[in-house]
Amino acid sequence: MERKLLEVRNLHVRYNTDEAVVYALNGLDIDLEKGETLGLVGETGAGKTTLALSIMQLLPQKVGQITGGSILYDEKELLKFSVKDMLALRGDKISMIFQDPMTSLNPVMSVGDQISEVLEQHFPELSKEQKSEKIDEIMNMVGIPSSRKVEYPHQFSGGMKQRIVIAMALIAEPDLLIADEPTTALDVTIQAQILELIRQLKVKFNSAMILISHDLGVVAEVCDNVAIMYAGEVIEYGPIETVYLKKDNHPYTRGLFNSLPELTRNVDRLEPIMGYMVDPTNLPAGCSFAARCDRCMDICISKKPPVFSDGAHSIKCYLYQHWADK
Amino acid sequence: MVWFRFKKNKLAMIGLVLLLIMVAAILAAPLFVDEKAVSAQKIMNRFQKPGGAHIFGTDQFGRDLFARIIYGGRISLFAGLAVVCISFIVGCSLGGAAGYFGGLVDTVIMRVVDMLMAIPAMLLSMAVVAALGPGVDKLIIALSIAQIPRFTRVVRASILSLRNQEFVEAAKCCGTNSARIILKHILPNGMGPVIVSATLTLGQVIINIASLGFLGIGVSSPTPEWGTILSENKINIRYYPYLGIIPGICIGLSVMAVNFIGDGLRDALDPRTKN
Amino acid sequence: MTTPLIETKGLKKYFNTPGGSLHAVDNVDLKISSGETLGVVGESGCGKSTLGRTILRLVDATAGEVLYDGQNILNFSQQQMRDVRMNMQMIFQDPFTSLNPRLSVGEIIADPIEVSRTVRGRREIREKVRELMDVCGLPERYVNTYPHELDGGRRQRIGMARALALNPKFIVCDEPVSALDVSIQAQILNLLMDLQQSKGLSYMFITHNLCVVRHISNRIMVMYMGNVVEVASRDDLFSHPTHPYTKALLSAIPTTDLSRRNSARQILKGEVANPVDPKPGCRFNPRCPYATKSCQEQQTLKEIASGHYVACSVFAG
Repeated sequence: MERKLLEVRNLHVRYNTDEAVVYALNGLDIDLEKGETLGLVGETGAGKTTLALSIMQLLPQKVGQITGGSILYDEKELLKFSVKDMLALRGDKISMIFQDPMTSLNPVMSVGDQISEVLEQHFPELSKEQKSEKIDEIMNMVGIPSSRKVEYPHQFSGGMKQRIVIAMALIAEPDLLIADEPTTALDVTIQAQILELIRQLKVKFNSAMILISHDLGVVAEVCDNVAIMYAGEVIEYGPIETVYLKKDNHPYTRGLFNSLPELTRNVDRLEPIMGYMVDPTNLPAGCSFAARCDRCMDICISKKPPVFSDGAHSIKCYLYQHWADK
Repeated sequence: MVWFRFKKNKLAMIGLVLLLIMVAAILAAPLFVDEKAVSAQKIMNRFQKPGGAHIFGTDQFGRDLFARIIYGGRISLFAGLAVVCISFIVGCSLGGAAGYFGGLVDTVIMRVVDMLMAIPAMLLSMAVVAALGPGVDKLIIALSIAQIPRFTRVVRASILSLRNQEFVEAAKCCGTNSARIILKHILPNGMGPVIVSATLTLGQVIINIASLGFLGIGVSSPTPEWGTILSENKINIRYYPYLGIIPGICIGLSVMAVNFIGDGLRDALDPRTKN
Repeated sequence: MTTPLIETKGLKKYFNTPGGSLHAVDNVDLKISSGETLGVVGESGCGKSTLGRTILRLVDATAGEVLYDGQNILNFSQQQMRDVRMNMQMIFQDPFTSLNPRLSVGEIIADPIEVSRTVRGRREIREKVRELMDVCGLPERYVNTYPHELDGGRRQRIGMARALALNPKFIVCDEPVSALDVSIQAQILNLLMDLQQSKGLSYMFITHNLCVVRHISNRIMVMYMGNVVEVASRDDLFSHPTHPYTKALLSAIPTTDLSRRNSARQILKGEVANPVDPKPGCRFNPRCPYATKSCQEQQTLKEIASGHYVACSVFAG
């Protein structure tokens, strides 16, 4: 079997705020193989961004605290990395694309200089000409004429800025790319462009990717596997083809699908998930979705469900208890 | 509700108690010090150390410092508060109108304010006092005029950022008139920085009164006032430090008290503040 | 034919910018009948929000007419306007900036009632607020809480209760669910549809989300850079999209339907420009894969089927 690129095991993260302790991640597991694209779907407060920041070791200091579990990158424990090791890893082996292209670029530096900054950090041995050549190459690759590298971020539109952010993330040819809602701030037609670009570049660079999104549709467009998150846990994981069959799903995933108006499905009424997101400062003893679940059983309230798997498809829900016997 | 939240803020309560004590002492001054003591000179008694017959000691002319401080507070504290109140109210109205209506109203108000701001506050006050003549009331007017531009600017800026908020549009949708929109929806949300700026202004104003007194405009010796006391004793401070320390503490304490109250007020008025 | 509840004729809103005149809304004609939902779709900067605000007179129109019940409200005096406003309300996109953070939930909902004096007396107002909260699915215990203590879904319910406080006939919904999570979005959409049914409301539903607009609208209007490019009934638009922009928009939607996953999709080149001093002719033409010479001329909406209008010289020539 191929070596895993990333293995997150039983990760617990909490935020210590003045008023309360927010339990952001509660025993989260994910695996990622080389070249694989994993979609991470969940609503506000599910812990998607916390996971990304934990992997990058960029949790807000003092407030964010990893209280348990491990993050193995290429079989090395990231949580034991020194600050210096982490610096070398970030951008070089793992890089990240943030949601808002408007704020993730420095407004007073030309885009060429910003890309070149990344190069300097990770390839100090390159000559000026080599650098400039590399920058031209990556800019053409993301669809921006390299003549525009002397321009400043405000001269670009939102979609163009996101292309530049992608160029910066990819220039060091990372093994793992974490994209946190890369298209949320963009219009649909621009989103389609960027998703197409991501798809092409993924093939070209063969890097693994974690795509964080609240949009089930976006994930279906580019990912191989999908992990559905709720209250800091992965409650369902599987290949896109299996999960999106909409046959065997966690009640939460089913709720998400049913809440979504679709282009090809005519319904008079949507079936929303009842209630609201569970309070992350006060998690229940049993399944955290129990209070909103229409198929909740007694055991769900008293005991946290373990993972039940059917092949590559796994679900954290007692409804799939019979899978354990397989 | 506002009072309840204000009460919970320890510093604000300390500030309030402190200010109340000072105000009470100043108001009740005739009960324990004869007003004549303010300017009664006794050369024999000069430079008495604090304690004994003279709680705060005496100055170079043998005048009782306690009497001078407590009567001087009438001008320093009350005139200071009056200036802050007047410039606060006028500044809020002008800044509110400029920020909310925009266009011509804004241009006219702001250009006038800019002109006033171009002249240093001290110079402006001096000019106004010179034109109006001496007297505490005129001093208050002069200092207010000098402070108004500052408030106008702060208020206008905070209103500009709120004017296009969706909740203001929602209020317009219901046919709410401009006065109600400004008073109920915009000003309460933009008050934070204005209140802080007001409390800081008080300290500035007390010192301005003193400076004007020192220059011989406005309140001048022998009428006591904290700043004047400080300035008339400045040559002796080196050997008799209490002459500088005591009025200094008075100015400092009152500014601090008002600052605490201002911070507390700002937080208490904002329901988003954590309880 | 009955008069439509809302009608605009040649409505224009230009903004003066340092770069020139920005044609945010240009020559928009629309009709909304009683009890109907008109969906307005387009990307950011297409003028859909400005259109909604111009109709409600939150911004002043540059030219054209807005007819409410057959009367041009753009000529109305402040007094007349106050009466009309009660019938026209708005629900906003951002549940965080659309509620005054200094007021409690009860005060926010009571505000329009106090302003309009439709209900008088403290107890009566409180009763009305309670009723509105109940209609919008807000438990009574929230009456004294402040908006920042509630989540987006509940806050959006407050915004709806406030809009309903004056018993309006017409509501402009400006992206009311865009800022919400999917599961909450569905709750709010259902609530909007229930309210429409029970109170006979008309909506102008502004959104960039085609799936949502398809779910809630009777008719849909597609806008591009201030112009209307296509208007049709919901089913017509989705089964026979005609304008190249509509087609591209439909094809760009990511879907959870895997059968569509690998179907060839059409990806538009370029991005939306700002309509500052636009040239005459179709504004979509620089990005349009079918552009011809005739696109340089002024485009008007032409009826290609009953109730289906398209402004395109190539496909509706």
